[in-house]
Amino acid sequence: MMTFELDILRQKSAQDVPYRQSFMFETDDENAAVSTALTALNARSVLTDKNGEKALPISWECSCLQKKCGACAMVINGVPGLACDSKLSGLGRVITVEPLRKFPVIADLTVDRRAMFDALREMSVWAENAVAPSERTQDISYEASGCLQCGCCLEVCPNFYAGGSFAGMAGGVPLSRLIEQLSGEERRAVMKEYRRRVYEGCGKSLACRKICPAGLDIEKLMVNSNGAAAWKSLFRRKR
Amino acid sequence: MEKINIIGAGLAGLTAAITLAKGGRHCRLISLQPSERAQSVLAEGGINAALDVMGEGDSTEYHFEDTMRGGVYLADETAVRRLTDAAPDTVKWLASLGVPFNMADGHIVQRNFGGQKKKRTAYAKSSTGKMLMTALIDETRKYEAAGLVERYPHHEFVTAVTEGGECTGAVVRDRYSGSTVLFGGRVIMCCGGLAGLFPSMTTGTTQNSGYAAARLFEQGVRFSNAEMLQYHPTTIGIPDKRCLVTEAARGEGGRLYIERGGEKWYFMEEKYPELKNLMPRDVVSREMYFVRREKDCGDTVFLDMTGLSQEIWQKRLPDLRAEIMHYLSIDPAKQPVPVHEGIHYFMGGIHTDAFHRTNIAGLYAAGECTSQYHGANRLGGNSMLGAVFGGKTAAEDILAAAEMTAADETAYSGSETVREPTDAVKRQLGSLLYEGLGIVRSEQGIDKALKKLDELEASEGVFPRMLLGRAMLLSARERRESRGAHYREDFPEKNDALRAPTFAVYRNGRTEIKIGD
Ligand SMILES: Cc1cc2nc3c(=O)[nH]c(=O)nc-3n(C[C@H](O)[C@H](O)[C@H](O)COP(=O)(O)OP(=O)(O)OC[C@H]3O[C@@H](n4cnc5c(N)ncnc54)[C@H](O)[C@@H]3O)c2cc1C
Ligand code: SF4
Ligand code: SF4
Ligand code: FES
Repeated sequence: MMTFELDILRQKSAQDVPYRQSFMFETDDENAAVSTALTALNARSVLTDKNGEKALPISWECSCLQKKCGACAMVINGVPGLACDSKLSGLGRVITVEPLRKFPVIADLTVDRRAMFDALREMSVWAENAVAPSERTQDISYEASGCLQCGCCLEVCPNFYAGGSFAGMAGGVPLSRLIEQLSGEERRAVMKEYRRRVYEGCGKSLACRKICPAGLDIEKLMVNSNGAAAWKSLFRRKR
Repeated sequence: MEKINIIGAGLAGLTAAITLAKGGRHCRLISLQPSERAQSVLAEGGINAALDVMGEGDSTEYHFEDTMRGGVYLADETAVRRLTDAAPDTVKWLASLGVPFNMADGHIVQRNFGGQKKKRTAYAKSSTGKMLMTALIDETRKYEAAGLVERYPHHEFVTAVTEGGECTGAVVRDRYSGSTVLFGGRVIMCCGGLAGLFPSMTTGTTQNSGYAAARLFEQGVRFSNAEMLQYHPTTIGIPDKRCLVTEAARGEGGRLYIERGGEKWYFMEEKYPELKNLMPRDVVSREMYFVRREKDCGDTVFLDMTGLSQEIWQKRLPDLRAEIMHYLSIDPAKQPVPVHEGIHYFMGGIHTDAFHRTNIAGLYAAGECTSQYHGANRLGGNSMLGAVFGGKTAAEDILAAAEMTAADETAYSGSETVREPTDAVKRQLGSLLYEGLGIVRSEQGIDKALKKLDELEASEGVFPRMLLGRAMLLSARERRESRGAHYREDFPEKNDALRAPTFAVYRNGRTEIKIGD
């Protein structure tokens, strides 16, 4: 049996003051993840914290529980990731769990990621006309369509803040599908959004690439989107 | 101006919204979480359409026949005809939105999928559902920006509102603010399958709680084929759910065995020398159940993929190996993987006609929450098709009818709330349903489950999910035959006197079950 202490940054609602509360969780499943612990804690008939005090259920979001939907993004031991992708056994005995900081907290680990979706609408991330299916664009389009909109990349990005003009990779990745698939005037219009809201604000450190839980090849997508070699040389220089 | 209320933003909900908006109508797209989190993103295998690009002379007629046969003739013939006829255009439309289907020589490539005689399944590597969703989400955004689609992405369905037998709106609760509003206008339910009735026991998502369907059942919405659950033979137990191991694992040479008297018994190969491990899903699942019951046999069935070549792992199943290693800490190239049949799809659900109308005027339903296309069993690749086409069809029916004069948005003054028991009770209900509605069923087993349900209701009170659960058990009890996914040990044969859907309706505090109209 393994015993873990989850040290959770809690907040009853946006108006309330944040506080920390620790919970003990025991399991013999070496594959148990942070999501497993949160589910089990909330399923207890009476939830008590480490000190035996009665506690409110922990607010968090999940859906697929197999790292394919991005719902459960949070900051675990200081690093953003998916709760269902973070095995307890690799995290030490005491594990800190906090909400994503770049978005307003709704309650506990639930945050409002609306800004991320708003940016996509503002940047007109859609195709105005029918796209011609093509083998040539298949691979990049597949990669770019894989974004979970989890927001982990935005959390580590030094240049992103919610509501700012820079959309980060949660905006850049979906745009790169359209850049690949569209042509002519339509493509030029998307490219313009891309330059203004992704390219210009990005420091190209690629902290986002290492963190992306979907494992998307952000560098490849960005190099492809730019067409001109600017990104390529920039990325090379950084390395 | 009437705004149509769409509950659910997966494949069905998105397509309904796009169709309405294209027709110039306003809608609200209401879902517990944003579309990116819907169960539809999990689909891997593909979507069916007789595109006839593989040189096999496929036709919509064959697709129709395979679908009807697969559902063992319980599906709605008119609906299936419309579905299969429209399938090629549906897939072409999806491609025109930018879905990166696998292609070769300038056309979409199609593959074989269980129960179909032709290569008819279009796919995008191993994430077809995610690819469809991304393209549809982007398309929907166009109409959001134009003000035709309003998103309510953290909103929960509370109840349908009916006046004089007609649905005139829906009550919806904002999970973030806690406020509840009444949205006027007709309603399309696109709330997905009933995974939530079986907590931790399905390949689905936690978000599809089953509450919306259960509440509608309580409100008198007619259901059909509620007993029809599809079990997928190869799922692995991961924390809090079952995770699908794709059929391709067996397609590429994976073998099922159980330990018998210290030896590996490759039971599928012995029992079905022709198709072996590639028998239809329900047959494989049942055999797994039976061999586990045999004496001298162990209690675990293994999927042996140790004979697969390096090349197959690298080129054809790369994600699968990584996934199994991640979740089970087992390298499937070196060690057999313990598998178990798991609930994967709900063929039954809200009953609609071929135009997706329910028995309540103004209330429509589409996607996995409905039942018309799949009968007693669904073919892999037909459910995504049914969801996309269903959302479109429901919306088109609304476009063709006159607008309803409906209040726009008002504060809700009624007393209806989401009535759910504790997690512990949900789990108790789930396990008794699982006992009654297992892969192999019997009157005795079903009666036992019903008795447990009586006791649970007596101690915890009656909740909507219990009403629906009871209807599922009673439907399974009423169908005294074996057909498709429904296998009765006490009635192992098909009985053609029962070749009609099982209807369930809740009226005057009673659940009525009837086979056929
Ligand atoms: C692992 C897996 C693999 C699959 N593979 C395939 C495949 O290869 N081919 C195929 O054809 N099919 C496949 N399927 C089935 C197919 O994916 C689904 O049937 C289909 O996507 C369902 O779409 P939908 O729009 O009906 O519902 P979903 O995508 O499930 O969406 C349901 C929506 O309803 C909302 N909702 C639910 N309850 C409420 C509520 N109470 N209040 C408000 N909103 C609510 C949710 O938020 C969500 O937006 C697979 C399924 C799984 C689980
Ligand atoms: S490369 Fe750096 S600045 Fe650019 S999006 Fe990624 S983390 Fe942000
Ligand atoms: S790019 Fe990766 S980290 Fe960023 S939102 Fe998409 S999936 Fe998440
Ligand atoms: S719950 Fe879907 S990614 Fe964790």
